[in-house]
Amino acid sequence: MKVLVPVKRVIDYNVKVRVKSDQSGVDLANVKMSMNPFDEIAVEEAIRLKEAGTAEEIVAVSIGPEKAQDQIRQALAMGADRGILIKTDETVEPLGVAKLLQKVVEEESPELVILGKQAIDDDSNQTGQMLAALLGWSQGTFASEIKKDDGKLSVTREIDGGLQTIKINMPAVVTTDLRLNEPRYASLPNIMKAKKKPLDVKEVGDYGVDIAPRLEVVKVTEPPKREAGVKVADVAELIDKLKNEAGVI
Amino acid sequence: MAVLVVADVHGNAIDDSTHKTVTAAAAIGGDIDILVAGENCGDAAAAAAKISGVRKVLHADDAAYAHRLAEPFADLIVKLAGDYDAILKAAATTGKNVMPRVAALLDVMQISEIVSVEAPDTFTRPIYAGNAMQTVKSSDAKKVITVRATSFAAAGEDGSASVETVAAAGDPGLSEFVEENLTKSDRPELTGAKIVVSGGRGLGSGEKFEEVILPLADKLGAGVGASRAAVDAGYVPNDYQVGQTGKVVAPELYIAIGISGAIQHLAGMKDSKVIVAINKDEEAPIFQVADYGLVADLFKAVPELTDAL
Ligand SMILES: Cc1cc2nc3c(=O)[nH]c(=O)nc-3n(C[C@H](O)[C@H](O)[C@H](O)COP(=O)(O)OP(=O)(O)OC[C@H]3O[C@@H](n4cnc5c(N)ncnc54)[C@H](O)[C@@H]3O)c2cc1C
Ligand SMILES: Nc1ncnc2c1ncn2[C@@H]1O[C@H](COP(=O)(O)O)[C@@H](O)[C@H]1O
Repeated sequence: MKVLVPVKRVIDYNVKVRVKSDQSGVDLANVKMSMNPFDEIAVEEAIRLKEAGTAEEIVAVSIGPEKAQDQIRQALAMGADRGILIKTDETVEPLGVAKLLQKVVEEESPELVILGKQAIDDDSNQTGQMLAALLGWSQGTFASEIKKDDGKLSVTREIDGGLQTIKINMPAVVTTDLRLNEPRYASLPNIMKAKKKPLDVKEVGDYGVDIAPRLEVVKVTEPPKREAGVKVADVAELIDKLKNEAGVI
Repeated sequence: MAVLVVADVHGNAIDDSTHKTVTAAAAIGGDIDILVAGENCGDAAAAAAKISGVRKVLHADDAAYAHRLAEPFADLIVKLAGDYDAILKAAATTGKNVMPRVAALLDVMQISEIVSVEAPDTFTRPIYAGNAMQTVKSSDAKKVITVRATSFAAAGEDGSASVETVAAAGDPGLSEFVEENLTKSDRPELTGAKIVVSGGRGLGSGEKFEEVILPLADKLGAGVGASRAAVDAGYVPNDYQVGQTGKVVAPELYIAIGISGAIQHLAGMKDSKVIVAINKDEEAPIFQVADYGLVADLFKAVPELTDAL
């Protein structure tokens, strides 16, 4: 089967973001950008399916600026077979991303799409579920284990109270949780090889879908600041403060 | 205006997050109805009818909703959506799973995890793990919203809404439930607990976590949480994780033990009223948000604290 893996270029998870003083957004100038961590897990899972003989081809797709080629190349260096960049400098909301991905799915006919559960920039946690809805496919979200089993997919999901296992029809959309796997690093020879793997660059306009934003960003502000408190000398002082100053025990 | 709140139903009861979501719905304005979907969940529907400010409860009882599978659940909500200007559900795992599916079926851009309502079409939500707050105005005719329950007070229980049975919307048969392994615990549920005691990698092992963290939690009647590092290392199950990609908690008292305070962890607990940190590294970032910091070896300090309480 063919597996499609959408990967998003986002601010690196180690960067402390700064809100712009004009409240228009966060400062992305000269900050390190990376593949969304959950998408690395998605790529890794696809590669493992290929190594196990379950998947034949892995296509990585990104919607974003020219530079998002870096993230696609990373997926190729990890082991994906080819890439598609749908180029745009505008912000595309999850609904728009899902509509574009729907078109890619119609062209590529994968049996499985593995996405991250959440992009760590917008923290939306929507795209996979939306794509499944638009395609009329089943969804296995927040997966910590997936297994192909008699033409169906067994998905163990991280839920609030623990773990839930469901069996879903193929074709399917799966989104990754952190414990699905530990993504590999790309080796230097594989990084070199990845440069020769095919990467198609398309324009958003090629797909003829309406991706105009539905949400207008009114402002982006700093979260309420929490002041550091005091250091206590020992356990006795801590208990005294909690009882008599904070009154919480 | 009418708003539909989709209740969080577990077994035959509703979660407190439903009461909090009703408060968010009230801030939007208009009549508030609650959908209670499940199997044999009549008591849950009756409980929802008591929530203050609710006009009516829609009760959908069918095996298709027993395990909150996304596909049939989303179809039910979409079928009922016509009568409402906004549809809200708490941003717990079921809401996160089902509501984006609803939104896409309605061709609406969901507004995820709102922490406040600025106007009926304008909402504020955290982005970048809570390092920035984004205020967005939606142009969609129908709003599909998930609500960060800890940011809203719970609605009271002096209501007496009518309960109306609604027909199931069928099961597209795309998925089936196999099993659930739920963490069994007599301790308060993490997101609702007044006090939360969390342990991190500093504990070193599952045995030590149990030996050091649990007695303190039990003394305080607290819920137990953990950092991702502690979960990844297998000290505790995944549903203990607090943070950007785990649970968000805002208790009266949060005690972080052997946790460094990575931004992804802070995202899940920095709205707690009082924060205590116990860490042997005085430079640990957790101290920047702690009201009371104790620089100490946790293996000494925590048992001492437990004994002294
Ligand atoms: C996409 C993504 C999402 C993430 N989501 C989350 C999330 O939801 N929640 C989360 O928690 N993390 C999350 N993380 C991980 C996060 O970045 C940190 O790696 C993690 O929080 C670290 O956990 P920790 O503080 O327990 O471990 P460490 O950072 O290793 O800290 C251990 C601390 O214990 C202290 N210590 C050690 N021994 C002792 C002792 N004897 N006495 C006292 N103190 C001691 C040390 O001084 C240190 O400060 C995420 C990361 C990524 C990339
Ligand atoms: N612009 C994008 N390009 C490729 N994949 C994306 C994009 N936006 C979102 N995704 C995918 O959807 C997942 C969830 O994103 P979100 O719904 O924005 O939290 C991500 O982990 C990616 O797998």
